Amino acid sequence: MSTKIAISGLRVAFSKNEILKGITIDVHRNTITGFMGPSGSGKTTLISVINRMIDFEENAHIDGEVHIDGHNILDGGQNTVELRRRVGTVFAVPIPLPRSIYENIAYGPRLRGIGDRIMLHYIVEDSLKKAFLWDEVKDRLSMSALKLSGGQQQRLCLARTLALKPEIILLDEPCSGLDPISTAKIEDALSELKKDFTIILVSNNTKQIARITDFSAFFYLGELIEYDTTERLFTKPSVKKTEDYIQGKFG
Amino acid sequence: MIKNPVKKEQLVKWVLVTFALSSLLFLFLIFIFILFEGLPLFHKIGLKNIILGFKWAPTKGSFGIFPMIVSSFLVTFGALIIGAPMGLSCAIYLAEYSGKRLKMFLKPALELLAGIPSVVYGFLGVVYIVPIIRDYIGGSGFSLLATSIILGIMILPTVISISFDALMSVPKTYREGSFAMGATKWQTIHKVVIPAAKSGILASFILGMGRAIGETMAVIMIAGNALRIPSSILDPLRTLTGNIALELAYATGDHRLGLFSTGIVLLVIIMILNYIANFGIKRKM
Repeated sequence: MSTKIAISGLRVAFSKNEILKGITIDVHRNTITGFMGPSGSGKTTLISVINRMIDFEENAHIDGEVHIDGHNILDGGQNTVELRRRVGTVFAVPIPLPRSIYENIAYGPRLRGIGDRIMLHYIVEDSLKKAFLWDEVKDRLSMSALKLSGGQQQRLCLARTLALKPEIILLDEPCSGLDPISTAKIEDALSELKKDFTIILVSNNTKQIARITDFSAFFYLGELIEYDTTERLFTKPSVKKTEDYIQGKFG
Repeated sequence: MIKNPVKKEQLVKWVLVTFALSSLLFLFLIFIFILFEGLPLFHKIGLKNIILGFKWAPTKGSFGIFPMIVSSFLVTFGALIIGAPMGLSCAIYLAEYSGKRLKMFLKPALELLAGIPSVVYGFLGVVYIVPIIRDYIGGSGFSLLATSIILGIMILPTVISISFDALMSVPKTYREGSFAMGATKWQTIHKVVIPAAKSGILASFILGMGRAIGETMAVIMIAGNALRIPSSILDPLRTLTGNIALELAYATGDHRLGLFSTGIVLLVIIMILNYIANFGIKRKM
């Protein structure tokens, strides 16, 4: 198993408030890696460094290195637009653009310069199928995406990300606002997708992490407490804090 | 003092209702007054002869204001051609590119433009724009072009401020979603932010038009006020507002009524524009 993302000594501070205090972690190719921890542990900030969305925050100070395929994406010369095409993101709150279902998914490919209609149709259909949404929307692709239910919107956002043909997919608590059935559909989709992508799933839901991830990392107050295969972390955690969190003693 | 809190609430409510209704009453009275004064002439001369008539000679019984209607629209569109792209660009810069501090300084400064009296704009037009046009482009300088430029500047505060509010009301999450899909800043602005703010931006243009078509003082100072449809942008022209302002002081009898008819036409045009603008703003909600 090879390393896709190698993070070393990553520190992030907003003004004087240090959110990440030296994170070092390797994320493996074609796996689902779970990031868990109570709120304030820095999971979301870590995600926003990997896709460089942190650039939009004022006063963010970043130290350390994040290598994707051996290339440091925190280099000054990194093209962030190109990076975000390789690193897709699905946010906690689904945010479809105020356009039709079709246009939401065709948006990314069009930005890359794909104008061929047959090609776009193919990408839209393929992405929706992979996100387990196609059967529900195939007859109303021109409907406004804002009219979909919350669970459908989130799968639309996943499909939209897949349409970019990224290498890495970051999911920031994608199921936090969803019902169990929608959650199950997203989880099924992710388990299929890891064949082709490297997936990082941020979640507060330890059961979800246990269900679908291959590796798990536990963060607490900006530090990586423990990182191991999910099986070992959930059966024999080596740190007491991890065990307490998994058992729901705090969080 | 009223001790009973319920009564006090009632009192406050009724005082507010009274004031609200009285401002509505003013609007109503203005409308009635202008209609009352102007309609008899429509009856006497005929709607068609006034609105589509080419000849304005009120002392000789000709009340055609068609050239003025056309001129009013020409200066309004001229103002829009100059003011809309400038204003929208400015609003986009303010909303999307400028930092917080610059925004806090620039926005009130631009809104100050709206507070400059229109006679000052007219004065600047006469002193700078008119001579420049006369010397470098041609004609007398008092022209459609000069008027459009000044009005274009005058509608900037309206266009900027309402477009800016429309752009700022686009949720930040739309922008993040677009960036996360690998869009550049400009792609995000023109494919996501502007379409989402479209109705507000259109409303800003229409309200700007309303401001331009109603402007009087600056216009009579630089338009040249000739009574014909201009055949080039260097020709002088007279607007509906200009007509009223120029002649009301000495007009009597039917001439006076003719000016009120001009007012009715103006009022109807402005009402239509405002209605369209409100419709646009409501659709955004």
